Amino acid sequence: MTDVEHHRTGGHPPDDEWEKVQASPDFVNLRRRLRVFVFPMTVFFIAWYLLYVLLAAYASDFMAIKLASNINIGLVFGLLQFVSTFVITGLYVNYANQRLDPVAEKIRAEIEGAAK
Amino acid sequence: MNGTSILLAQESQVIEGINPLLNFGIFGAFVLVTLIIVFRASRNTKTASDYYAAGRAFSGPQNGIAIAGDYLSAASFLGICGAIALNGYDGFLYSIGFLVAWLVSLLLVAELLRNTGKFTMGDVLAFRMRQRPVRAAAAISTLAVSFFYLLAQMAGGGALVNLLLGIQSGAGQNAVIAAVGVVMIIYVLFGGMKGTTWVQIIKAVLLIAGALAMTVWVLVLHGFNFSGLLAEAVAVEGGKGEALLAPGAQYGLSALTKLDFLSLAIALVLGTAGLPHVLMRFYTVPTAKEARRSVVWAIALIGIFYLFTLVLGYGAAALVGPEQISSAPGGANSAAPLLALALGGPLLLGFIAAVAFATILAVVAGLTITASASFAHDVYFNVIKKGKTDDKGSEVRVARITALVIGATAILGGILAKEQNVAFLVALAFAVAASANLPTILYSLFWKRFNTSGALWSIYGGLAVTITLIVFSPAVSGSETAMIPSVDFHWFPLANPGLVSIPLSFFLGWLGTVLSQERNAKKQAEMEVRSLTGAGAEKATAH
Repeated sequence: MTDVEHHRTGGHPPDDEWEKVQASPDFVNLRRRLRVFVFPMTVFFIAWYLLYVLLAAYASDFMAIKLASNINIGLVFGLLQFVSTFVITGLYVNYANQRLDPVAEKIRAEIEGAAK
Repeated sequence: MNGTSILLAQESQVIEGINPLLNFGIFGAFVLVTLIIVFRASRNTKTASDYYAAGRAFSGPQNGIAIAGDYLSAASFLGICGAIALNGYDGFLYSIGFLVAWLVSLLLVAELLRNTGKFTMGDVLAFRMRQRPVRAAAAISTLAVSFFYLLAQMAGGGALVNLLLGIQSGAGQNAVIAAVGVVMIIYVLFGGMKGTTWVQIIKAVLLIAGALAMTVWVLVLHGFNFSGLLAEAVAVEGGKGEALLAPGAQYGLSALTKLDFLSLAIALVLGTAGLPHVLMRFYTVPTAKEARRSVVWAIALIGIFYLFTLVLGYGAAALVGPEQISSAPGGANSAAPLLALALGGPLLLGFIAAVAFATILAVVAGLTITASASFAHDVYFNVIKKGKTDDKGSEVRVARITALVIGATAILGGILAKEQNVAFLVALAFAVAASANLPTILYSLFWKRFNTSGALWSIYGGLAVTITLIVFSPAVSGSETAMIPSVDFHWFPLANPGLVSIPLSFFLGWLGTVLSQERNAKKQAEMEVRSLTGAGAEKATAH
């Protein structure tokens, strides 16, 4: 497996440096922060969506229960999928801006600075 | 989706009150304005980065609007409105899958992809693998998804000609399809990604503004009482009554239709993040942070748009009525145009009809540039020329020739498939994206041990399994709504293969990986560090 082509775009450290960065405490911290947010959140929204889809397919009588005049559980549940999508988007953007971007920028500056 | 299947059930009559000249005029104005913008944009298109990625100079909000323009196809506008008007709640289920899917992109794919790739999906999949086999596989998958999606759009466009322009003769419809195809080719050839993006932005603004105006109009007529609107939709004669409000009117018929729906729902949610034309849009912004902002804007616009379709669908049921919708040319797809006619007369109908054509134009342009970029960059430049060429302009030249060939194929396919039931092609495109592309992308970005063999197994395995299951499904043979209803060679019970093909592809990717000894820690370290930090990422070009 030696025909891996190296497409460098200039200003890069040699290949060994990437492994050093990868093992550095800052980078380990960044990766942990990213994964600790996105993995559980992905599991959550897929489970929440599947719950909705399964109820729609197999519990349509439950979904048809009316809460107020013609507004039934199915409609509210569906609209909650919109709400949860918007809320998760907001939470992630907030988290990324505050907890991910500063660390990522610091590491990037170190890498690109060292290569110059 | 299902919308396209109803869309193809043509009737030989014309909507009363339609004014073809007016509709042509409004659509012609759209084409003229976009062509001027495309030609202006093309003056700065010189390098491969300009042609494929618009010089990475679009802002997050601009790209987010363009993503909405790329993603909201005619099927999701006319199809979902019609499905809600006729089947009520079940039409709404589609739109939720299409929206939630964007979280996969936001959390797992968009930013990391922007940081590691240049122009195509193949850039990311092949980053730490042996270049040539993986790029070839990525290109085949990209071309397959784009071609299925393109054919479905063009065939749907053919059916719309009668509905929206009142043209019944076959030759006349073919001429309109060819004209739409030629305009699309001009956008892509001259405007490249920048021109295509502007077409998508303009179209998205018109589509969302038109839907907003109609939604407000419908709500004003009902005193902003949504429950009252629902009551009116239920009370209309010839409809499904109370069944409109709960799920099940369309999918709840049998255990099999429920399972089929489940399979579709999973493919929709996991397929979006693997659609090559969506992925490619993330390269048009300068940084990962702008890619994140793009997705935020796209989620907001797409979400709001689907809320509009909910009001428009029930509005069409209440104000137009299911009997008139079903008997109009285009069936369910006529719901939104008929509602426009009922609300604002021929002028609003003309606007909505023009927007529907603009929608097809923008979506096929996005697909064509994606497919041509993949062929030129992955196959020609990296596989055939092995990543080295003395002639700087040759890659873009190949991309333009490819776009021409794809455009011609799309016109021909659109004309031939006009009378065919090819609705399964969109489901197929999403299933292939979710099966062949998504596992490979996620493994590449998050699994250290993943290697060339694993990538090839998940791409080719996912592609083969998905296509095989579709060919032997009731969507192709053995049912009344099949593409070939007269014969029956189906043995797979579901029209949507996702339920089987997606888990199987993830498994194949794992199996292929562990069966191979290949490890490349250095390249993996480079990819991981670059994907998370943006170090060494492709920068915007200054003009």
